[in-house]
Amino acid sequence: MKILVVDDELDVKDLFLQKFRKEIKNGEIIFAFAHSGEDALIYLQEHESEAVLILSDINMPGMTGIELLRQIRTNYKKPPPTVMMITAYGDDENKQQAKEYGADDFLTKPVNFADLKTKLFAGH
Amino acid sequence: MYSFLIILFGSIFIRKRFDFAVKHPQLDGFLKFSWVLALLALLSKSSIQNYTGWSINPVWYLLLAFVFYCYWEVSEKQKDDTIIWSALAFMIVSVISEASEVYAPAFYEEYANYMNFASTGSFISVIAFGIGVSKQQKALKEEQEKNELTTRRKDELEVLVQQRTSEILEQKEELQHTLNELKATQAQLIQSEKLASLGELTAGIAHEIQNPLNFVNNFSELTKELAHELEEESAKKENRDIDLEKELIHDIMENLSKINHHGNRASSIVKNMLEHSRTSTGTVEKVHINKLCDEYLRLSYHGLRAKDKSFNSDFKMVLDPNVGTIEVVPQDFGRVLLNILNNAFYAVKAKLESKKEGFKPMVTISTELLKEENQIKISIKDNGNGVTEENKTKIFQPFFTTKPAGEGTGLGLSLSHDIIAAHGGEIRVVSKINEGSEFIIILPNKLEVLIHN
Repeated sequence: MKILVVDDELDVKDLFLQKFRKEIKNGEIIFAFAHSGEDALIYLQEHESEAVLILSDINMPGMTGIELLRQIRTNYKKPPPTVMMITAYGDDENKQQAKEYGADDFLTKPVNFADLKTKLFAGH
Repeated sequence: MYSFLIILFGSIFIRKRFDFAVKHPQLDGFLKFSWVLALLALLSKSSIQNYTGWSINPVWYLLLAFVFYCYWEVSEKQKDDTIIWSALAFMIVSVISEASEVYAPAFYEEYANYMNFASTGSFISVIAFGIGVSKQQKALKEEQEKNELTTRRKDELEVLVQQRTSEILEQKEELQHTLNELKATQAQLIQSEKLASLGELTAGIAHEIQNPLNFVNNFSELTKELAHELEEESAKKENRDIDLEKELIHDIMENLSKINHHGNRASSIVKNMLEHSRTSTGTVEKVHINKLCDEYLRLSYHGLRAKDKSFNSDFKMVLDPNVGTIEVVPQDFGRVLLNILNNAFYAVKAKLESKKEGFKPMVTISTELLKEENQIKISIKDNGNGVTEENKTKIFQPFFTTKPAGEGTGLGLSLSHDIIAAHGGEIRVVSKINEGSEFIIILPNKLEVLIHN
């Protein structure tokens, strides 16, 4: 499984790499990281043939997660990638909007990794 | 024969001249009486003489002496002596002439002409002196009146001056009062401006504290897991994976420093927020300029984002690592950054709302050490609509705002200007319509004199 994590906070990368140490070692999951919505779109363009699960923060400078989601939903229809949004606690407005744009699932910050793992492996 | 005339006119003259009715009421009665008596005596002179055979001349002389006595009493004695002496001469001549007429008719007959002549001459001299004195008195009186008028005018003027002075003093008091009120209002405005910008910050602060705290939580939890893993691995009696152990220890160490970093990040935000709301103590502290720029850029950005979820902007930091710490009043300086950054985001937001095709909002904060000038340059640039030439001149004036009523106090930039000036620096704006604005702050690298508001 390939997961693209989109977050403007750099330390998110270390967090995921360490949390999924075993899964990475086993080759169960491959991670890619983008620090902005724009970077994420570039990555998707370059790796168009791959099936990717996208895990995106919403609150990012420049292109927000919502805008990224909107663009993914318009440009990548076959097959539509799974997009999970990470929302800040209490940010119902963005959550509602992400739902409307077709987000598959939601995680609330701080990310509960046990939860995330269950979700990831349930779907695949 | 002339003495009655002297009594008649002399008594009138003296009474008028010396204001007898008011100043010497007891003598005035006698004077009036002698005047009436003289008049009666003149009218009845011939009949009295005819019926009684008395000469009434001695009565006249007595009256005359009395009139002169009055005059002598009230006049300032030496001043008008001439009239006294001339009157005395007239009296003596008259007495001699009368006496000789009665007691030495032969002598009188012989010298009657001389005596008449002397009597007339002395009478004329009395009249002449009287007129002279009267004229002199008149002139004196006029002069006195003139003096009195001048004095009165002077007094009036003095009163007027006093009135004006007290009026001016009153006005001064009023102005002082107004000034004090203005100062109090200004202090209130500064405080409310501060609170307003703090209000804009709250959401940003929440985000900026929540984010590092999430990391603290995540990394500490993660580190605990890693430690457990390490514990398990090191407890193995066989097949211990030394490389894994090394990796785990490395990660644990790294994570601990990350926890530390994010913890500091959160507490620094709280500290800045508190400092921002606190009244400036005016004390200088060494502040890492790049760090402050980073923090306030995020605060401002997240603050605006929290207020309006539909808005977003990109931002960039171009921070010169050569810019170190300088001494500033952190509350004041932070406020300047926040004001300008808020304005920058507001500007790109406004442009975004006007739906310009292909517009990508961007706010850039950059720092630079100007080595030669030994100055630090901080630039905050946006690609909003820019500032018109007209507004450029007003932008640092208090209460000038282009924001709709109720949205801006119009004090942000004016305060910023004052604060930067107090830090010995300068602030200016470079702007092009439709292209954006850049606010440039130049600070001396080493700050010495600081004033606070």
